[in-house]
Amino acid sequence: MGSHIAFQSLRLEKVGRTFGAMNALQDLTLDIKRGEFIALLGPSGCGKSTALNCIAGLLSTTSGAIWLDDVRIDTLAVEDRGFGMVFQNYALFPHMTVRSNIGFGLRMRGIAKAELERRVDAAIRTVRLESQAHKLPGQLSGGQQQRVAIARAIAIDPPLVLMDEPLSNLDAKLRLEMRQEIRRIHQDLGGVTIYVTHDQDEALSLADRIVVLRDGMIRQVGTPEDLYLRPAHIDVAEFMGFRNRLEGVLANGSAVSPMTRANAVFGGTTLEGVALHALSGGSVTAAIRPDDLTPVSTASPGIEAVVEAIEYRGRDFFGSARSSSGTELFFRSELSLERGASVRLNADPAKILLYEGAGA
Amino acid sequence: MTILSDSRSLTARDVGAKLWVISIWTLLIFFVINLFGIIGAVVTSSFATRWLRSWMPSGFTTDWYVSAWSEFQLGDVLMTTFQVVGAVVVLSGVIGVPAAYAMARREFPGKKATMLVFLLPLLVPPITYGIPLATVLYQTGFGGTLTGVILANLVPTVPFVILVMIPFIEQIDPRIESAARVFGAGTFRLFIHVLLPLLTPGVLAALLLVLVRTIAMFELTFLTSGPTSQTLVVALYYSVFAAGVRAVQSIDAMAVIYMSLTLIWLIIALRFVNPTQIVTRGKQARD
Amino acid sequence: MTEANIPFRVRLAARGVDGVTLLVIPALILLVALFLYPFSYGLILSFRPKDGTLFGNYGHFFSDPFLYKTIWTTLALAIPVTIINLVAAVPVAFRVRKMRYQRLITTILVLPITLGTVLVAEGMLNYFGPQGWFIRTLTLLGLGSPSSIKLVHNYWGVFLSLVITGFPFTFLLTLSYVSGIDVALENAAATLGARSAARFRTIFLPLLAPGLAITFCLSFVQAYSVFPSAVLLGAPAGPTRVISIAAYEAAFEQYDYSLASAIAMIMGGVQLVVVVGVLMSRSLFYRGPAAGAKG
Repeated sequence: MGSHIAFQSLRLEKVGRTFGAMNALQDLTLDIKRGEFIALLGPSGCGKSTALNCIAGLLSTTSGAIWLDDVRIDTLAVEDRGFGMVFQNYALFPHMTVRSNIGFGLRMRGIAKAELERRVDAAIRTVRLESQAHKLPGQLSGGQQQRVAIARAIAIDPPLVLMDEPLSNLDAKLRLEMRQEIRRIHQDLGGVTIYVTHDQDEALSLADRIVVLRDGMIRQVGTPEDLYLRPAHIDVAEFMGFRNRLEGVLANGSAVSPMTRANAVFGGTTLEGVALHALSGGSVTAAIRPDDLTPVSTASPGIEAVVEAIEYRGRDFFGSARSSSGTELFFRSELSLERGASVRLNADPAKILLYEGAGA
Repeated sequence: MTILSDSRSLTARDVGAKLWVISIWTLLIFFVINLFGIIGAVVTSSFATRWLRSWMPSGFTTDWYVSAWSEFQLGDVLMTTFQVVGAVVVLSGVIGVPAAYAMARREFPGKKATMLVFLLPLLVPPITYGIPLATVLYQTGFGGTLTGVILANLVPTVPFVILVMIPFIEQIDPRIESAARVFGAGTFRLFIHVLLPLLTPGVLAALLLVLVRTIAMFELTFLTSGPTSQTLVVALYYSVFAAGVRAVQSIDAMAVIYMSLTLIWLIIALRFVNPTQIVTRGKQARD
Repeated sequence: MTEANIPFRVRLAARGVDGVTLLVIPALILLVALFLYPFSYGLILSFRPKDGTLFGNYGHFFSDPFLYKTIWTTLALAIPVTIINLVAAVPVAFRVRKMRYQRLITTILVLPITLGTVLVAEGMLNYFGPQGWFIRTLTLLGLGSPSSIKLVHNYWGVFLSLVITGFPFTFLLTLSYVSGIDVALENAAATLGARSAARFRTIFLPLLAPGLAITFCLSFVQAYSVFPSAVLLGAPAGPTRVISIAAYEAAFEQYDYSLASAIAMIMGGVQLVVVVGVLMSRSLFYRGPAAGAKG
């Protein structure tokens, strides 16, 4: 176990995990190819860390199976799976030096000393920590500790690397630097990386495919572009930054086929949008990104709202306004606006996504 | 989240692990059974008419409690115990809590030495410092008096209160106090309206623990008390010590009264504290 | 504004001394008067024996087997008890920290500590006595009889009582140290291929060693000061004549406070030697925090 040459796919088959009466994971099915960088994305409590721990073996699954090619691995103990894992708070062994930490997995496998030293050196070079090799974790900065954690996970040459929000404890600048490092290391290793995060920017920039989870279930799997432009459900859309949410009804009440334009009425105003999936013809919810919603002239259709706050962002302004029906709207404006001013807001129909509404 | 070893395929390793768990449980259960056996034996004996050479006594009665009460002057002893424990609880609170506040909030020259002085009485066992302490108390005329017993018992309890309260106070954001001052609270109002409510749970916990510990504190009271200033535990010791003279059952009745006293307060204390805190000697890792 | 113009109060406050700091004074006075002073008084007193020489008490102690043997007698009780308590506490603590019933178990185990040594001794005289339930059960199971197994009024009685009152204390301390080790460390080691035994050897033991050393010291000190159980459950005239008994007798039966102080000093001294010895060997191990270093 450990050589990634023979491994082609990692499959999760209806994986489930309950804690007492609570379903932390339900029916997780996923097919991952060698070389892919997968992000598990979702809000707190969505089950992404649970899923990661099940794959690692730190939690047992209560239903379903996990396969590595045609070897079933969910019955193996965590010590036998041979995966590398990077923990959120790094979990570096505080009483061992950097070298010793990194070589731990190799020591456990009984690798011969010369080979062990060689591979530890290689890992240290990969994360660029040569000068820190003999220090204790307590003497390192956050970013350095993070790199030791990564080096420790990759030193055993694992087919699969699991990362649990590894960048969340770092400051913004370091996070951006480390993102690129992680992507580079992934490509060098050539295996699968599964990366858990709640930050959509991270997921968008790192992943080949993103798995959006909510309440233990997969809501959507797709490329970053898929998720950014075409979120499948309203909650995914909200998570991906479509902060504006309008409740309304379809204009002519009849069903709408997928990928079709349609008109809907929101508080008296009719807007044109696009439905990615079929709509039954009743109530709809529209999702619009703040950057797509802008003031339009009174000659065109749009939602009337009163400006509540306006923020200078450098090249434009970010504003919030309240519509006559009380909905809060976030929009972008080229020009400054006064608090209390009336404004009419609309967006390109292709950027107004229509989803099945909540109530009758 | 903990590690679970998947047991879908039973290996020798799993069997070994299971045996290990079973033996640990056995050890624990054995310990607990014997503990309850000891307690049960005392309780049973206190209600026994006669219990000589059989599994259970031949009959049951509550007469021993009545006779123990007068024989050991339990009324007076209990009164003394309440007085000692009450005084110790109040005094260690009044002396210890402000000291803990100062230690938590101020850095001053000599703080480390002061901390050492507060730590030592908890590290040195009572009998080691009790004998010199008793010597001094007898020489200054406090030996054998109620005051002397109270003073002696304050030595371990004041540091205990301080050590329990310091982390508790440190947890309270000092900026809350600054905020109160910014809004015009003088020191007294700050104390009444801000500090006292925040400190109350910790103080309550600490004082309840002091109460339980002082009821059971034997060595210090033993060394410093006279015939009129004995607490219940010391009276119990003397009665067991002179056991040949008195009936075992009445001693056991006294023991049960003592046990009830400690257990009642323990149960009350446990509503507010974690059992682990009863043994704190200031050397625990923070949860 | 020169240094001389700054009011004294302000200068003090800059050093951390103000009205609040003075709140430590009552506690400090109390402990100096009732702890430090008696200790030093006792120390000085121990060098003023009745015969007028400087080391008379100590000479007396070390030349009288009835006295100096108590050091050994007490060690023969305290050391095995502490080792057994510690060796038992570690695996039990490991198991209990993962249990749902942890609070129940710790509550039950706190009972002997709360009840105290006197009550436990009194109870043991009955329960472990020749007519008590314990020996009766053993007889029933064919494992012994009142004539072959004697558990009270001897070394074993005191030994058992020290285990009964000492194990919970050792256990609770150990549990808090074991709980202080970040679970993520154990998980990380497991993902890297370390099984239970390897995890214990490479992760837990090095990280626990300092805490276990402290636990040993505190438990040993407690066991070494055994007093009421040695009298009530032991044979205070001989096999369980512990050093605290010698000190007590000197003070309250012979009224030789000077000798009593000397014996108390010797007692403290032996405890100090053992504690220092254990702590020095601890410095061979890692001393820092037991949580995975956080960013």
